[in-house]
Amino acid sequence: MLLQNMKYLKKYFIFIIILIKMKKIILSRPKSLNNVVFSYCPGCGHGIIHRLVSECIDELSIREKTIAVTPVGCAVFGYDYFNFDVTEAPHGRPPAVATGIKRTNPDKFVFTYQGDGDISAIGIAETIHAANRSENISIIFVNNTVYGMTGGQMAPTTLAGQITATTPFGRNLKNEGFPIKLCELLSVLDGTVYLERVAIHNPKNIINAKKAIKRAFQCQIDQKGFSLIEIVSNCPVNWNMSPVDSMKWIEDKLIKTFPLKIFKDKI
Amino acid sequence: MKKLVKGNIALCEGAIISGLSSYFGYPITPQNEISSYLSRKMFELKKVFIQAESEIAAINMVLGAAVTGMRSMTSSSSPGISLKQEAISYMAGMELPALIVNVQRGGPGLGNISGSQSDYFQAVKGGGHGDYKMIVLSPNSAQEMYEFAYDSFDLAEKYRIPVMILTDGMIGQMIEPVSFNKTKKPKNKQNWILNGAKNRKPRSIKSLFVKEGFLERHNIKLQKKYKKIFKNEVKYELYLAEDANIIVIAYGIASRVVKSAIKLSRINNIKVGLLRPITLWPFPSKAIYSFAKTNKKFLTVELNYGQMIEDVKLAVNGITHVEFIGRGGGGVITEYEIFKKIFHIHNNSY
Repeated sequence: MLLQNMKYLKKYFIFIIILIKMKKIILSRPKSLNNVVFSYCPGCGHGIIHRLVSECIDELSIREKTIAVTPVGCAVFGYDYFNFDVTEAPHGRPPAVATGIKRTNPDKFVFTYQGDGDISAIGIAETIHAANRSENISIIFVNNTVYGMTGGQMAPTTLAGQITATTPFGRNLKNEGFPIKLCELLSVLDGTVYLERVAIHNPKNIINAKKAIKRAFQCQIDQKGFSLIEIVSNCPVNWNMSPVDSMKWIEDKLIKTFPLKIFKDKI
Repeated sequence: MKKLVKGNIALCEGAIISGLSSYFGYPITPQNEISSYLSRKMFELKKVFIQAESEIAAINMVLGAAVTGMRSMTSSSSPGISLKQEAISYMAGMELPALIVNVQRGGPGLGNISGSQSDYFQAVKGGGHGDYKMIVLSPNSAQEMYEFAYDSFDLAEKYRIPVMILTDGMIGQMIEPVSFNKTKKPKNKQNWILNGAKNRKPRSIKSLFVKEGFLERHNIKLQKKYKKIFKNEVKYELYLAEDANIIVIAYGIASRVVKSAIKLSRINNIKVGLLRPITLWPFPSKAIYSFAKTNKKFLTVELNYGQMIEDVKLAVNGITHVEFIGRGGGGVITEYEIFKKIFHIHNNSY
């Protein structure tokens, strides 16, 4: 077994050495991502998602006309990590801020990057109405079922029975209600054009996630209207799990409540 | 040539001619003429008009347009302005120019829909959280609604600060002759706006400064700016104040009633004058102090139960007496009530 692996590794190294000799770059940091240390915790999904978003923006050649809106929460620091214009927005209001930007600058590419508390608790009205007006913007919604930055409190998307900083005995459906399924909720609105839920717990899903993000961005470039990609992600620190266990938990638990699929495709 | 229009409409025309790119609002009386008028007008001009889902969304849309350097405004009345305070605080922190119009109505709570001046504190002391100020202009006629709306964007962009026009239901609803004498002007160039990082480094606009000492530095920068505004932008009107023994301080609609009361007093040989603050922030403290030094008596008249009087007293700094008369809850004080008060002050019988 070990011998076989060694053999494989050897082949791999030889391949890499050949590539280096050919001076061919096979992988590098996207131009849209800054070379800085991220403040995200080890194993956090934001790093992967930032990279996917940046790769899509590079590949679509829209970096120079992008204006992003970051939320209140862990991803607020996006303005330090993304290599394009970024504005901050009050908690929950990125869809309204993006509306103001896009309507007055229809030639720019505008997307928001929001967490579950931002988009589906305090900002759910702005989200629903931006979707209903079919604003020509894209939303990247990172669902990790907790308020990460404030210390892992219950979010609208917290699972039944899930233990958080404010549900020490597990989320009690009688007391705290049910997890909000945003894609399902938005899919009934006539204004939504593209809605998909993806996850990032393994390479296959990461590749899928990138495809979805790119499709949503293309939707805006083609002036089709509102698109939202919900990305089921992890929060190892607040879930009290190792990064590996947290990925497993996404597979075993999260995507049972939040099924991965395309909810709307009017492109 | 003058045209008879409502104050609210005059304000719209002033904003449009100064280059308004977008309007975002939510229905509330007594400012509904603004959104009705602009919904038609902005469509004709191929500009942006959105009736937002809430006051909060409306002001955040303004925030979005403002980060790209577009001239954008929202309007509302007292309860709606309360809802906007969070975003106004963000805009002060992010240093965004924009126009916010408060056509005040009676409060607290849902109050009523008649004109009032009870949002003075909220407007000039910073209604939201944090150490911030915004420029507050107080028109007292439909003509000034037009002119101040026209000037406000230049002022906002000059200092990168939100500007509020603090008016009230009476001036908003009143129909007066207005001379639409302003002309279109070229756009100010701004080197901080977000318009895509093409041939330049990416920019970010934010109010979050978590690194040690950074927020303090940002606040010091803001305070320097406020000092500069205080030095350069104070505006007030004097009316028969030169020979007066009693100076009445009043702004907005109250100042119009005061003018009538002053005429009444002058007929009765009482020498009274008016100092009308046009900028409520920056407040004309120096002008008031210089009158106080000449040992004049002061009367503050407001359509509330005493808000601006605190700033007048701070300006006077205890060297002379400041009296107050006001009426709140949407009621309007009459010139006779003010005259009676002036008469008592004149006879030292207050």
